[in-house]
Amino acid sequence: MTPLKPVAPGRKALLGIAFFVLFVAVWAAATLGGFVSRTFLADPVTMLREGWALFARFGFAGDIAITVWRVLGGFVLAALCAVPLGIAMGAYKPIEAFFEPFVSFARYLPASAFIPLLILWAGIGEMQKLLVIFIGSFFQLVLMVAVAVGSTRRDLVEAAYTLGATSRGVVRRVLLPSASPAIAETLRLVLGWAWTYVIVAELIGASSGIGHMITDSQALLNTGQIIFGIIVIGVIGLVSDFLFKWANQRLYPWSLA
Amino acid sequence: MSQLAIEAVGRTFAGVRGGKPTIALEPVTLRVEDNDFITILGPSGCGKSTLLRIVAGLDTPTTGRVLLDGTPVVAPGADRGMVFQSYTLFPWLTVRENICFGLREKNMAQNEQHQIAAHYIARVGLAGFEHHYPKMLSGGMQQRTAIARALANDPKILLLDEPFGALDNQTRALMQELLLGIWEAEKKTVLFVTHDIEEAIFMAGRVVVMSARPGRIKAEVAVDLPHPRHYTLKTTPEFSALKARLTEEIRVEAMKVAASA
Repeated sequence: MTPLKPVAPGRKALLGIAFFVLFVAVWAAATLGGFVSRTFLADPVTMLREGWALFARFGFAGDIAITVWRVLGGFVLAALCAVPLGIAMGAYKPIEAFFEPFVSFARYLPASAFIPLLILWAGIGEMQKLLVIFIGSFFQLVLMVAVAVGSTRRDLVEAAYTLGATSRGVVRRVLLPSASPAIAETLRLVLGWAWTYVIVAELIGASSGIGHMITDSQALLNTGQIIFGIIVIGVIGLVSDFLFKWANQRLYPWSLA
Repeated sequence: MSQLAIEAVGRTFAGVRGGKPTIALEPVTLRVEDNDFITILGPSGCGKSTLLRIVAGLDTPTTGRVLLDGTPVVAPGADRGMVFQSYTLFPWLTVRENICFGLREKNMAQNEQHQIAAHYIARVGLAGFEHHYPKMLSGGMQQRTAIARALANDPKILLLDEPFGALDNQTRALMQELLLGIWEAEKKTVLFVTHDIEEAIFMAGRVVVMSARPGRIKAEVAVDLPHPRHYTLKTTPEFSALKARLTEEIRVEAMKVAASA
């Protein structure tokens, strides 16, 4: 192996899949081989059977749908508010000076700790779930978007000014296009975090969703269902991540080396 | 008619953490007439780029003022085109879109923009590369696009800050001839900053030599070599004599820098 030397696409995919296979193999060996008690960890076969049961008998598809809806809803709301604010902060330093200290503080407030408060304010309905995700993603997004916009190359901004651009023209035609790949990347990252918040929100005071199914299964000591739920979340995350990466590559061909 | 007057322009940078302020530029006075090609030659750190940035409106002088056609320069504008040493093409725009940047800012009709762009693309020899992104171009091609982008705006004066500084010697020599050819054809007023003596002579109608920090104008040398100029000019006795003279002027300054460092 040579440092930083790229690996061929076919080999890269093969290596990536190989670890999944190894992971499942070790898990299967540990559980089916009797090294780990089945009470604590279900084996892969049981997990798949339980998963099938979830879909066939317990309407798990509905749980998945409601969870995806919550994540997307909360995330889109947060993005709609955070991206414009982040752009304004990145572009205009007085706006940044006004908001940045508070946002930096709010960013460390744990979204999950707001759940009791949010239940008090918004009940246990959908609004409360969306708010948890909103709080969890909004402040992170604002800061990261502001940094992306603020780190635009100064010489590009100066070049635009010498070409007769106005301040608005610089924001619209230099800062935005320059920062948009980084903003898209930020959205991809924060969407991943939104998934962890939704499950936490569903563990407390929910009657549907993947998180709710996991709490139910815990009461029945059904580790197969718990693991299946966790894996479903992972797969959805992987798919959404892949879609985001693919879209970014299509949208910003110029930003790739 | 465009005439640039630099009147007693000086620049002092505030001291860092209560340190002594740095005088980058002592008051400099310089007149640039219409169609002049002036090179500003000086050792690194002599404030020549600072002077150019002040003319562009990207920096504010501590003393004095810059007048373009009698109007004081207070901010950057399309009447002063600038080419930077670093590659400043917008990476998200193609060659043609980069060249149209300033025209679009003027709300010019698109087919008119494309006509002007096509003219300058041909001028800098980039026909066939209109739809390439900057990352697909070599350094020389990027700087040619940057020159076309500045010229497309039809500025009164073209400011160049060591535009070929990052290029290899062969490309640099070709670029010098290209730019000179454009100047001979379009008769623009040009202010060109460089630390390369040969380049300063080859390009210029007049070389302004600047002293080491704090920068001030040390000498002005007229270059009465005929146009159009060809690279073979660099080996003529007249050229060598000018080079010897300027080398001496610059050497003294470079030694001052070395001694103070």
